[in-house]
Amino acid sequence: MNNSSHSAATVYVPRDSAARSVGADEVADALRRAAARGDFAIDVVRNGSRGMLWLEPLVEVATPRGRVGYGPVRPEDVDDLLAAGLLDGADHPLRLGVVDELPWMAGQTRVTFARVGVTDPLSTDDYLEHGGLVGLRAALDLAPADVVAEVTASGLRGRGGAGFPAGIKWKTVLECADSLKFVCCNADEGDSGTFADRMVMEGDPFLLIEGMTIAAHAVGASEGYLYIRSEYPDAVATMRAAIDIARGHGWLGKGILGSALDFDLHVRVGAGAYICGEETSMLESLEGKRGTVRAKPPIPAIEGLFGRPTVVNNVLTLATVPVVLADGAKAYQDLGVGRSRGTQVFQLGGNIAHGGIVETAFGVTLRELVEDYGGGTFSGRPVRTVQVGGPLGAYLPTSMFDLPMDYEAFAAAGAMVGHGGIVVFDDTVDMAAQARFAMEFCAEESCGKCTPCRVGSVRGVEVIDKIVAGTHRDENLALLEDLCDLMTDGSLCAMGGLTPMPVRSALAHFPDDFLGGRRSLEIQPVQATGVRTEGTA
Amino acid sequence: MTTSGSDATVEDVVRRVVAGHRDQRGALLPVLHAVQAELGHVPQEAIPVLADELNLSRADVHGVVTFYHDFRREPAGRTTVRICRAEACQALGADRLVGYAREAGLPLGETTADGSVTVEQVFCLGNCALGPAVEVDGRLYGRVAPARLGSILNGTVSS
Repeated sequence: MNNSSHSAATVYVPRDSAARSVGADEVADALRRAAARGDFAIDVVRNGSRGMLWLEPLVEVATPRGRVGYGPVRPEDVDDLLAAGLLDGADHPLRLGVVDELPWMAGQTRVTFARVGVTDPLSTDDYLEHGGLVGLRAALDLAPADVVAEVTASGLRGRGGAGFPAGIKWKTVLECADSLKFVCCNADEGDSGTFADRMVMEGDPFLLIEGMTIAAHAVGASEGYLYIRSEYPDAVATMRAAIDIARGHGWLGKGILGSALDFDLHVRVGAGAYICGEETSMLESLEGKRGTVRAKPPIPAIEGLFGRPTVVNNVLTLATVPVVLADGAKAYQDLGVGRSRGTQVFQLGGNIAHGGIVETAFGVTLRELVEDYGGGTFSGRPVRTVQVGGPLGAYLPTSMFDLPMDYEAFAAAGAMVGHGGIVVFDDTVDMAAQARFAMEFCAEESCGKCTPCRVGSVRGVEVIDKIVAGTHRDENLALLEDLCDLMTDGSLCAMGGLTPMPVRSALAHFPDDFLGGRRSLEIQPVQATGVRTEGTA
Repeated sequence: MTTSGSDATVEDVVRRVVAGHRDQRGALLPVLHAVQAELGHVPQEAIPVLADELNLSRADVHGVVTFYHDFRREPAGRTTVRICRAEACQALGADRLVGYAREAGLPLGETTADGSVTVEQVFCLGNCALGPAVEVDGRLYGRVAPARLGSILNGTVSS
């Protein structure tokens, strides 16, 4: 074995589950086998993913010029790559160049994702070498109220969808006098098109721990819960391992980093209920109950988990806090447009050629994201629509592609930025079917507590079916409109309240699909096998 | 009697699992996950024991077990295949995978007669840029075409 030789080349193969889903483990095994044969001295590091998911498995080798990438690499390519001089960053048809210089990466402003894909997620040395704990140390030097003031001044808004300013929420918790307070991270936001949370947890777990610890110091909390959806088993395993390591290093537990702060963190696994991504449902679930929504007020900041003051933020919000503290509110505030400050982690998914993570300042347009970064559809057919912000977000036509990514601009257009997930559909999509699915999904996943959501969604499916079938079309269109109003105004939470958004947007922008005016396209099978993207990132 | 024998076993498992979670706040979900990990499902006999141990009503426990999709009342097949049907995977033909499974005699939510495979739907596995996605016994697969699903279902996918 040459692995321990100090002349061994460092080769990175992602351990992110998306990379593993297309063969990263097999590629890592092939590299280790080559090393075991004694032909090459290779030290394989399993990093997170850079977020260029169409290039996964993306293999990188450390060279004096920087990390040179190759991808997508199949296990059977490994011997050929090694023979061609992979370990020296030599030329090969799969060679992409120095990864940091690729246009996809170079054009981004990676703040929250700065370390994801770069480091070994569970290496504390890597974490410290790449700026880890700078934010926490800065926070511990400040009084709690000053940390809250810093977060408020940064303009950081909750990245989960509603965009509520994080600092204001924290201030409420800080001002509560209770002896027991909690910090809860909502890692159950399992919207289709959202995978940044998963990638942070798998790719930079200490960052989330650091962010939650800063929140604990800021508000006076002693316990934290990280509620992760069960659909992310790799994230659960990585976070659990990272929490154990952090405890061992005094980054969690009593007297964190020699300060007076005591804070411990627990992972809880969800159980397949979409509604538990809603903050009050998540709290009910953490308490061991059915995940039904609570009426607000009282707000969780005052009466949250077990009735105690509780900070509830999502993964990206908490993972951004260390950066705000490390670089200062001003640096973060300087990024972005209008009241949308800092960066957003856009997630390009669905029928897209170059899907993955694009972190940029707010203000980037949909067109830049879908066409420039995304490279159009995976199927090669024209883009017809994108759904932004998850299953409860609007479907937007290409005529609206110049809309800038900005909470207020989207709201004015009847849409929402939400968590920045962008799902692309080509021209074979049937928008009446998508609208029907929105109602069907709501019916399936409603917690059942309020009637507009529980019953309205079932009626919504029936009414859409009647419209499509041409039964009393005008009356049923009016009824659907009425139903959408009722769900929007009368639902207890965003599940029922926002389900009308995809429905109404589909109806507004693609009426022909509902009215039988659009001839169904013959749907061609998407080329899903054997597609190899050339290394032209 | 086999029934009382298995009752005793379920009860033993549940009491032991609960004992291991005593110090956790609101422990019911972690307890149910642990019971299901040991027994493959949450049997009806577990409910009164959980109610007794956790000082809850049977109705409360029943309500929680049935609220969450993950908790099974019946054992699943030896292999569980979950097909993602969320929008990003729909955009790449997830419904064709569902249709393929159905035609192969594996409708969603059902287990084959020989107990080998259960096929289910799931809404988002977080692999939205490499869809359609399928999960097999906790392992994620991306870019799954019907033919690849076929080999997964036939158990011929190595690695």
